[in-house]
Amino acid sequence: MTLAALPPEDEAIRPAIRALVAEAVAALPDDRRARSWAGFDAAFSRRLGEAGFLGLTLPKRYGGHERGPFARFVVVEELLSAGAPVAAHWIADRQSAPLILNFGTEEQRQSYIPRICRGELFFCIGMSEPGSGSDLASVRTRATRTETGWRVNGQKIWTTNAMHSDYMIALLRTSGSSDDRHIGLSQLIIDLKAPGVTVRPIVDLAGDAHFAEVFFEDVDLPAEALIGQEGEGWKQVTAELAFERSGPERIYSSVVLLDAWIRHLRGVGRGDTATLDLVGDFTARLGVLRAMSIACTARLAAGESPVVEASLVKDLGTSFEQELPVAIGADLAAWPDEAVDAELYRTLLYVTHLAPSFSLRGGTREILRGIVARGMGLR
Amino acid sequence: MDAADLIEPFVRMLDTIAAPAAVRAVERGGSADAMWAEVAASGFLDALVGEDAGGAGLPLAVANALWQELGRRAVPLPVGETMIARALLAAAGRPIPDGPVALAVAGQDRRTVVPFGRVAHHVLVESEGRLHLVAAASGDPEATGVTGDLSAVMRWDALPGADAFAAPETGLRALAAVLRAALIAGAADRLVEMTAAYANERIQFGKPIGRQQALQQTMAVMAEDAVAARIASQLGCGGAFPPSLAAAATAKSVAGKAAARIAASAHAVHGAIGISEEHDLQLFTRRLHAWRLADGSESYWNRRLGRLRLASDTGSVDFARAELFPA
Repeated sequence: MTLAALPPEDEAIRPAIRALVAEAVAALPDDRRARSWAGFDAAFSRRLGEAGFLGLTLPKRYGGHERGPFARFVVVEELLSAGAPVAAHWIADRQSAPLILNFGTEEQRQSYIPRICRGELFFCIGMSEPGSGSDLASVRTRATRTETGWRVNGQKIWTTNAMHSDYMIALLRTSGSSDDRHIGLSQLIIDLKAPGVTVRPIVDLAGDAHFAEVFFEDVDLPAEALIGQEGEGWKQVTAELAFERSGPERIYSSVVLLDAWIRHLRGVGRGDTATLDLVGDFTARLGVLRAMSIACTARLAAGESPVVEASLVKDLGTSFEQELPVAIGADLAAWPDEAVDAELYRTLLYVTHLAPSFSLRGGTREILRGIVARGMGLR
Repeated sequence: MDAADLIEPFVRMLDTIAAPAAVRAVERGGSADAMWAEVAASGFLDALVGEDAGGAGLPLAVANALWQELGRRAVPLPVGETMIARALLAAAGRPIPDGPVALAVAGQDRRTVVPFGRVAHHVLVESEGRLHLVAAASGDPEATGVTGDLSAVMRWDALPGADAFAAPETGLRALAAVLRAALIAGAADRLVEMTAAYANERIQFGKPIGRQQALQQTMAVMAEDAVAARIASQLGCGGAFPPSLAAAATAKSVAGKAAARIAASAHAVHGAIGISEEHDLQLFTRRLHAWRLADGSESYWNRRLGRLRLASDTGSVDFARAELFPA
């Protein structure tokens, strides 16, 4: 992994996306902006689609823009650094559409990708189950062949945005038992409006319901619900996770809080050595993480699947995201006679409370470090 | 020709002159003259000297790659420092001396630890914004007393003003900091390799210790820190010569912080053998600590970067883009 620069032609799209984002977040207080990933705004996602900011890496014949990973980096960076509500299109644009492009049939591509690029079709990912978290290969939810297609029974949990999504791409067992591990898994596209699907939102510790449990009771799906090859689900999911782990989303989750804190410091005029040390440390690390994320993006742009590099950046990035609220809380409370406004306090505590999830979603810290260790030749 | 081709002769030269035994010999007080002669003959000392002054005029980014190779081999001479000194002297139209040059920032009546001071013939000293090239002996060099340390404690009561010239706006320390960050990155990379190899061969409880999850987690973090140090050092050298304050601060802060952690993990995995003089590990871990302390620790650079950050009313990502990512 080596330093790479964003190409000027991709950097050139920044002003347009910035203007659109500014309009969307103008009325949002910082604690709403800090929700970014979890902020659902279907109208904003459609506006992004209309303006050509979705499907940037996808072929034009499916409604994409053939701009590549660097353009996507610029757009995602603008969205996340301002705390724009991106949840509606997030998964479809980042993971589902590339997955359908890579593994889907021509019909599936035609059917889903153009609507994803327009910001009209929202997806969620059915991976975790009550008994399958980090040990994803142990999934039990099963799809069995019927005369017309597939019948699904079982349950997914911690599914982000299931209640707002049109479709789920689920990792299911299509043969064997959970003892067969990576063998016998397949991915199916499930219409969440199909009879037998029940979605129950789960309220999180911040009072939001951004994830859900999803039950399948004799859900009948057509044969073309299968995406990719039957039995190849594990391989497909591994490729999908490389998209999920390498982006700027793994470094910017707390950046709205960081900016709010720096505005506070400037407002009260604090410039003691401990504060400067902390501000400098965060600034340096953010810069390096950004460079690492761009380096990872360069590998994607070169057509590689940087699994180890993405894991490494995600581990460092989420550690940074998690340290910010702890250190900022310690700093603010070290000056109890300084006025802290309510919006900053709410933002601090929202990020503090949700921060543990940063190193859970998309692969836990321990799993990622295992991937890095294997990349070092340890087994 | 890409950077890898460009530095290939340099790497080959270092491999022949800077084996661990040769490094130890210099650390024990042996002559470094033969080693230096090879470095000087390679022509790489003028890597950063402008083409109009007869140098190679290479960008700072290529120098970064060269410096990392020095760190990877624990080269016991101020090769990077001399490249910097020669570039500054040439740009100021000053004569360039033969022999190794160390870098120092001096204050009135202040003793300062000068990296490679024991093996340098000259020192380029910054004082009150001016650069003075002086013979190393003028600094009254004393050994630090630290085993194997090539630094010297020096002080200058008076510097000859006649040939002095203006220091770069960001100071000599910013240049030294990006050099240190690159040296740290190179040594860190070497330590990751050594430690992974050792973990795969050392058997305890009937299997290689590298199979223990607890060690794998430690070593994964070590590898992450090493990559962060490398990218930080590249970021420090991503712009023109000399680097901006923000670039230097970022490079030295992140690499310095990583250095201490990487040294600790390398030793933790190696166990007692890593503490022995006989094992090569110490050649690299001692340098990580020395380079972390040289030319400002992470706190020093954080404070300077923090002040710059608080003077700006932009968001953190925009600040990073403007200050660290030259268009």
